[in-house]
Amino acid sequence: MKETPFSQSSPSSSLDEQHPSGTLPPATTLNGNTGAATYVSPTVLPVSAPVYLRFFTGMRSVWERLTANKKISAGTGIVGFFVLVAIFGPMLIRQDPNTLSQLSNAHPSAAHLLGTTTLGQDIFGQIIVGTRTSMFWGILTGLLVTMLSVIVGLIGGYSGGFVDEILSLLTNVFLVLPALPLAIVLASYFPRGPLTIAMVIVFTSWAWGARVLRSQTLSMRSREFVTAARAGGESRWHIIFAEILPNEISIVAANFVSTTLYVILAEASLEFLGLGDASTVSWGTMFYWAEKSDALFLGLWWWFVPPGLCIALLGAGLAFINFGIDEIADPRLRSEPQQKRRKMQKAVSA
Amino acid sequence: MRHILRRIIFYLVALWASVTLNFFIPRLAPGDPAQALLGRFERQGPISPAALKALQAAFGIDTHDPLWDQYFKYLQNLLTGNLGLSFTYYPTTVFDVIAQDIVWSLVLGGVTVAISFTLGCLIGIFSAWRRGSVFDATLAPVMTFLSAIPYFWLALIILYIFGFKLGWFPFSDGYDTTLDIAWTPDFILSALFHAILPALTIIISAISGWLLVMRNSMITTLSEDYVLMAQAKGLSSRRVMFAYAARNAILPNVTGFALALGFIVSGQLLTEIVFSYPGIGFSLLQAVQGQDYPLLQGIFLVIAAAVLGANFLADMLYVALDPRVRLDRSAEA
Amino acid sequence: MTTTVATNKLLEVKNLGVDYSAANGTVHAVIDVSFTLERGKVLGLAGESGSGKSTLAYAITRLLRPPALITGGKVIYYPEPIEKSNGAKHAKNNAWELDAPTDILQCSPQQLRAFRWDTMAIVFQSAMNALNPVMNIGAQIMDVLQTHRPEMGPDARRIRAIELLKLVGIAPDRLRSYPHELSGGMRQRAVIAIALALNPEIIIMDEPTTALDVVVQREILTEIMQLSKEFGFSVIFITHDLSLLLELADNVAIMYAGRIVEYASQDDLYSHPRHPYSYGLLNSFPTLYGPRLKMAGIPGTPPDLRAIPSGCAFHPRCPLAFEPCNRVLPILQPLNMADSEQSSLVACHLYDARFREEPPGTEEIGTHYAALAERSERS
Repeated sequence: MKETPFSQSSPSSSLDEQHPSGTLPPATTLNGNTGAATYVSPTVLPVSAPVYLRFFTGMRSVWERLTANKKISAGTGIVGFFVLVAIFGPMLIRQDPNTLSQLSNAHPSAAHLLGTTTLGQDIFGQIIVGTRTSMFWGILTGLLVTMLSVIVGLIGGYSGGFVDEILSLLTNVFLVLPALPLAIVLASYFPRGPLTIAMVIVFTSWAWGARVLRSQTLSMRSREFVTAARAGGESRWHIIFAEILPNEISIVAANFVSTTLYVILAEASLEFLGLGDASTVSWGTMFYWAEKSDALFLGLWWWFVPPGLCIALLGAGLAFINFGIDEIADPRLRSEPQQKRRKMQKAVSA
Repeated sequence: MRHILRRIIFYLVALWASVTLNFFIPRLAPGDPAQALLGRFERQGPISPAALKALQAAFGIDTHDPLWDQYFKYLQNLLTGNLGLSFTYYPTTVFDVIAQDIVWSLVLGGVTVAISFTLGCLIGIFSAWRRGSVFDATLAPVMTFLSAIPYFWLALIILYIFGFKLGWFPFSDGYDTTLDIAWTPDFILSALFHAILPALTIIISAISGWLLVMRNSMITTLSEDYVLMAQAKGLSSRRVMFAYAARNAILPNVTGFALALGFIVSGQLLTEIVFSYPGIGFSLLQAVQGQDYPLLQGIFLVIAAAVLGANFLADMLYVALDPRVRLDRSAEA
Repeated sequence: MTTTVATNKLLEVKNLGVDYSAANGTVHAVIDVSFTLERGKVLGLAGESGSGKSTLAYAITRLLRPPALITGGKVIYYPEPIEKSNGAKHAKNNAWELDAPTDILQCSPQQLRAFRWDTMAIVFQSAMNALNPVMNIGAQIMDVLQTHRPEMGPDARRIRAIELLKLVGIAPDRLRSYPHELSGGMRQRAVIAIALALNPEIIIMDEPTTALDVVVQREILTEIMQLSKEFGFSVIFITHDLSLLLELADNVAIMYAGRIVEYASQDDLYSHPRHPYSYGLLNSFPTLYGPRLKMAGIPGTPPDLRAIPSGCAFHPRCPLAFEPCNRVLPILQPLNMADSEQSSLVACHLYDARFREEPPGTEEIGTHYAALAERSERS
């Protein structure tokens, strides 16, 4: 990507104000210690750093701030656990989880940690393999939804005028249309399988992210660095995706997290309805078979409880990350230090 | 007034969009699902010419009319309530199937949304007001966990515990099927009794969303100067909490109504399926499993119309609550 | 000035301290502040932003919230002696009303609620943020009346609200207007009208006009002063603009890094600023009258309140700093001069006979500032 002297502003850059104009604040000359040096400034790159480097620095400062928040650390821990299970778990399962056996409806035991289905399939094995399927499609779909949101939101917000009018209208319409029923109608016309489910979810759930990103882009459009890039003759695509996008990366990330949470719930719902490929093992198809086999009335709680618990845990992890991000964005939401509270309440108004 | 007019136009556009999507989806689908459906109909028995016409208009089969003509014929049919025949419930019309279901779903949905919204907002207000207390500190993570639970899973658990294990509640249907559907005390009581578990599921799942938004918004509002001034005025805590803080803090929850409602309606559909509740969700399942496209699309249209209507009401509520939009500035949905 | 202090005392702040506990250290926002407000007087509180003046105001009204914490001190309110008050104005409205000198920081929630607004009102910095956006102006006046004057009926409340609006120059038909429908100046007037609703004895004004343009600012200040004369309430006026205070305050307290560094009558401060910081503050705004001085300004920035410099907090920025300044904390004490009025207090070693025999004159401080200005110009 081409670099011009104009494309130099990065989001956290207080750099511009410190340009060497030669005048130091008198305080520094009078007193070497201004006492204000306790704040460690985020890594600021030299102004000529290429786009990809600035992108990664942006990501790194996001990461540094994320791990400082308790909710985010907890959320990341949970999600990380599921990612590890999804990657390595299936390697430890020796048997195809769809293998039938004589041992049907078995209670959880040492041999079958989570018991078996009515067809004698090992539920623990299904959960592990299902984790991989569900995580893979969940994250992939989440990425696709986010990409669509980014494209619609940024183009609309940056272009303004007629293009924006149309894209906003489209976004707002999709925002009020009931997403899951629409996804169900769509999915029922297409061949059943994870790809269909991913596609119908992408089609029906991009609007929220697009709306958030559009308003953010709208406010960025008149910032100096965009004006400068425009004056420097940069193409519209370069400005949108190389100048504006890196500055919105934290919002995009937050959006990805909440989208993935929604996507995992929606995929499980669609598969539960029987719109998935019933022969693949995933959390959603486990529900489908459990429901179809009347697991509930046979008292086979070990069949339908584990996949739901996995979804709820993973979802809670994602939700924690999201609330943590909210706290970073709005410091008023952060909880205050606990000690001294009692004393404070005495002195402070009721 | 201009704002309200704009909103009305917007919802009409949204309604038109869902109707049009409905028209094009079967025509753009791979293979020829409609032709296959027609074949299945024909195998089932003779179809009246009128029903055949409706099917042809809805799916664009066996016709050489230009798309425009098909489209207008389709719109005409919609306006007269002609949604075609249901395949699953042949020869009942889709309109009749939905008309039977929709009351159950609307009542269940309306009541649960109202309860969860009220409770969620109230608990959110108190949680933010008593911020940092044990109540608040335990509530937030619990609600976060609840917000991530799939509705149908919660439904399964609740049904398993209260219906199957404890046997306190019936585990299917919307009323005692031995009774006639009528406004008799027996029937109403039995309908209420059957609705408790599905309603509980929806309320528990939906409440966390309202609550968390309300709590965060309330915390932000509490640090506003006007809340500080209300305190300085020596007003009672209740007045500061409701007239000053909550009155402003509730606005994001009303704005976010569209998104939340989408979730809740979807969740309700799945809940109805788990409880075999005679609402629209259960027919949806039948339609999906029987590839009953006319019913499926009819259901989608009705849900879309209901959701759009509810959103319009929420918009009007917003106008009533926030004097700033009453002038003319438009707050996009 | 000759009346006895005892009967005129309205509010006495004693050794008040406020901390903010933050993750990276405790911020001492107000340290050991004491002053007395007299009936009918205007006390100015001046200082740069971050000097703790607003925190002080919120502490007095008990409006501080966590993580702010009052670490100690008293805020004593002296009610008007019963025999002196003419009864009609202050028939006891409420069982919780204070009738003996009371520490506001210790009173019960009920007492506090009765005290608030009835005795002490506050005008916030930004009127836009101080008014509830979803409630009309009338309702925001009338709910004060409803709470504190329960005997008033709805009609009486309405009449009073209209009267108040007229008092601050707002047309009565604005009663039903919402804050966003008013101009900035009108909003601030509305806030003042709300403050006047119960005829309070004290009104705290926290930079009430900073958000307004100069013309409106002038109008509103004139009005506040007229109202104060008319109704006899005392004002604690907080601002960073010392020149404003010289026009309207009776006494001025200068704050730096959480402490009061100088307390003097308006005349005295104007003609003889004692503390080098007061001098700098006074001369950092152009004055229309008086001798043409070189605009020197104060070098540097206010200190980080987590790490206040040792000794005198101002010493790193002070052009007259000498040996004891970075090690001995100066305390606020009466001037050691025979010709000075006893009301002037200053916290500076220049006036301490232990460290310097002859206190500096105003000119000497000026010379040092001028020299400093020249040095920084040359470099």
